[in-house]
Amino acid sequence: MICDPDIVIRVENLKTRFGDHIIHQDLNLEVHRGEILGVVGGSGSGKSVLMNTILGLIAPSHGTIEIFQKKIGSRFDRTEINHRIGVMFQNGALFSSLSVQENVEAPLIEHTRLREPWLEAVALMKIGLVGLDAEVGRQMPAELSGGMRKRVSVARALALDPELLFLDEPTSGLDPIAAAEFDQLIRTLSDTLGLTVVMVTHDLDSLYSISDRVAVVADQKIVEVSPIAELERSDHPWIRAFLGGRAERAKERNR
Amino acid sequence: MNARTAPNIFVREGDGISTLVVEGDWTAISIAGLSGHVLSPSNLSFSSDFGNLGRIDSAGALAILTLAPNAAFTADLPANLADLFALVGSAMADRDVPPIKTPPFHVRLGQKVYRAVQEIGASARFLGQLEVALMKSLAHPKRMRLIALASSIQKAGFDALPLIAIMTFFIGAVVALIGSDLLKTLGASELVVELVGISVLREFGVLIPAILLAGRSASTFAAQIGAMRMNQETQAMKVMGIDLFDALVVPRVLALLVIMPLLAIVAMLAGLAGGLVVSWGILDVSPTYFAERLSAAVDIRHFWVGMAKVPVLAIVIALAGCRHGLSVRGDVEDLGGRVTVAVVQALFAIILLDAAFAILFNVLEI
Repeated sequence: MICDPDIVIRVENLKTRFGDHIIHQDLNLEVHRGEILGVVGGSGSGKSVLMNTILGLIAPSHGTIEIFQKKIGSRFDRTEINHRIGVMFQNGALFSSLSVQENVEAPLIEHTRLREPWLEAVALMKIGLVGLDAEVGRQMPAELSGGMRKRVSVARALALDPELLFLDEPTSGLDPIAAAEFDQLIRTLSDTLGLTVVMVTHDLDSLYSISDRVAVVADQKIVEVSPIAELERSDHPWIRAFLGGRAERAKERNR
Repeated sequence: MNARTAPNIFVREGDGISTLVVEGDWTAISIAGLSGHVLSPSNLSFSSDFGNLGRIDSAGALAILTLAPNAAFTADLPANLADLFALVGSAMADRDVPPIKTPPFHVRLGQKVYRAVQEIGASARFLGQLEVALMKSLAHPKRMRLIALASSIQKAGFDALPLIAIMTFFIGAVVALIGSDLLKTLGASELVVELVGISVLREFGVLIPAILLAGRSASTFAAQIGAMRMNQETQAMKVMGIDLFDALVVPRVLALLVIMPLLAIVAMLAGLAGGLVVSWGILDVSPTYFAERLSAAVDIRHFWVGMAKVPVLAIVIALAGCRHGLSVRGDVEDLGGRVTVAVVQALFAIILLDAAFAILFNVLEI
């Protein structure tokens, strides 16, 4: 296998199964450094399972996964790559007993020797980075709206300045304006900090506005990985249904 | 990846200009040791030298901007650094948060008292609502949720049976054991039967199941209903027109009302058995004699005194669990707190009511 430093994630011949139910079979995927990769697929096609498998939360029954040229296996050393990866879970997964600021500080305390006054300064800067006021830092996760919770979750994912950011449905449940702002935020962060982003989403707007490439999960594998403009020419039935109908409707509206 | 070098920042003065020199790695990991001393160059004509800069991330950029606030405005800044400084600088913009003002002592005390009074009011209201709902379901027995009732009886009652029996068996045994020493010296060993009989029938046979249910069922009720609230299930019920009291509270209260007398009887039998075993083994009181003396010397009214307390305690336990479950708001922390409060209040109420009953029965001379 060639060790190309520009390939951040390499998934080869992945097979995942729950009992008799096969989720993925012969799934291959490569994620390049600095790109924003959208992952789309029908409900239940295993997008989140794929993300969790890459993160090592689910053990694959077959195949190899490499992150930063390191093989993810049963006995790999998480600590080496942990601080290079940030994850935003679908519902935020914020620690509900900690305030927003403490949530963002948690990975910093865990992985760095950063202490006051830097700790607070860095945490508040990250909260500002995702477009929230510093006052939000005092609030508890339960007091936040859905959009704010997603932003805080990204702030926490960014706490250690990871090279690789996973986003699970970052814009679901947001209004279109907030979603567009969120997309722009991800693009800016990716460009400025050199982030590689893997984004599971259903949101065509995000795919069109910020993704460099889109991976389509269907038929238990990744059927296509290409820029969204090329994806429009695909003749896979699911892709055509996904893009075709909605893209045409959007065109109609704009006329 | 190169070896890490410590971050260093200083101002180099010379030739009439000040140059800000930034060296080494500036990352969240490396800046930990930096002091917060802000550099202020003496000269206005100011340039920067980032030639020896190693790795940098946003935390490092924050540190540079904190230590040298005008670093971002120097002319010969590389483009990627300028972008990073712009991003981090805008995020830092409104960092000053006014400190939280804690109200003075008397205000906090007042708030505590006010909340405690409200708590009593809320409990009373809840009791009233429960009475109405209970009456309604007695008037329309068909509306009663039998499956929920049966499941609660199974979980709160029968599953707790072995534990309650074992606990009261040992309590009865210990009472007999401790009493036997004293009674031996007085030469009245046979009085151990009265000692065990009265204490188990009046107190332990009721208190032990009540305390166990307070720990077991009050917490379960609070956690179940609280989790349903967090999951918006209670809102869904309300919208469907399902009365929360009918669906969640009444079956649980009825379950404890039905099953707790049974638990108390089992507990009493087990306690007496414990006393019997110890008196047989240590005081040579034969089981036959124990049974005879029990029926002759220990009045049946002690049993009824014990049983009279049971329904009251059952309602109090179920009430504490359900009420705190229904008042869970939002997060996991609140759920945990509410479950704790439910158990503590149930235990507190049990002991308090038991004392009240003891005084009442004393006055009535029962």
